[in-house]
Amino acid sequence: MTGAPASPQGAAPLVGVVLVSHSAAVAEAVAELAAGLTGGAGDVPVAPAGGGPDGGLGTSSDRIAAAARSVDRGAGVAVIVDLGSAVLTVKALLAEAELPEGTRLVDAPFLEGAVAAVVTASAGADLAAVEAAAAEAYTYRKN
Amino acid sequence: MNALPADGTAIDAAFLRRWLDTAATVIDRESKRLTDLDSPIGDADHGANMRRGFLAARTAVEQEPPDTPGGVLVALGRQLISTVGGASGPLYGTLLRRTGKALGDEPAVSAAQLRDALRAGVEAVAQLGGGAVGDKTMLDALYPAVDALTAALDGGGSTAEAFGAAAAAADEGVRATVPLRARKGRASYLGERSVGHQDPGATSAALLITALADTAKGAAV
Repeated sequence: MTGAPASPQGAAPLVGVVLVSHSAAVAEAVAELAAGLTGGAGDVPVAPAGGGPDGGLGTSSDRIAAAARSVDRGAGVAVIVDLGSAVLTVKALLAEAELPEGTRLVDAPFLEGAVAAVVTASAGADLAAVEAAAAEAYTYRKN
Repeated sequence: MNALPADGTAIDAAFLRRWLDTAATVIDRESKRLTDLDSPIGDADHGANMRRGFLAARTAVEQEPPDTPGGVLVALGRQLISTVGGASGPLYGTLLRRTGKALGDEPAVSAAQLRDALRAGVEAVAQLGGGAVGDKTMLDALYPAVDALTAALDGGGSTAEAFGAAAAAADEGVRATVPLRARKGRASYLGERSVGHQDPGATSAALLITALADTAKGAAV
């Protein structure tokens, strides 16, 4: 990692983003919203991992691991999560090295962090820059 | 080195498979009560989630039985993380997997070795969830259980007596969660309204420790 953003057309692979929500609909909608705000960079590797093992509300470690593998281009994967079991499941998977190398749990608000991460990743930034952009979303005040 | 305790209770893979069988049966039987406890302060899925996880784990271990006690616990922990779907999945998964890893590849272990491994597992859970005793979580049953296990074994108690003491301490820990205010998980959003309810996670933890005591009692006969 050089720390310098590569150009979107450059050889450097893009950072992947995984969005883990208790709700499949939330994860998919936020992924769609974030990808839609990249200004037409259609190939940003972002994957939703929403819902539990039975498809209801909850967290599925298998779905998270599959999503992380699907967006891994070798530049690292930023995982953004919503609540409770989503946080704990990603931490447990990281502790057991069951996610691709270079996967990081990013401390960020779910929707705003997802948009910041996906837009930043689509511009070719490295994992540290994607993480910083997502975390910075906490400081964005609304009044 | 002979790892077997003097009273002849071999804590081997068969022992832990019997424990898992008992635990899965108890969780299955008690799943409605766990979910009822989870209704006022949680999201009313603890019993259903634990039931799904333990029944899947029992089937997986029956189909491919590990040949070490550590192997049984690691396999169980992995199944729980992938099938439970709620916070109890990664928490119990981490507890059991870390305990199993601490046991290593030994074909049989002493109660003291299991106690040490269990303490490592409980500490891993505390670290994962950032919790402590008094937060109204499973730790309120698990820490007293490990402490009682330690005291009983240090006092020269048999394996069955020590696990019996651990189960009693876990139950005591469960009752102690009733007046507590939750500081972790969904219940923490309720603030003062979480007071007066027994914690479902501590309750399921005590069921697992009681199943361990029952398994040891059966094995010692």
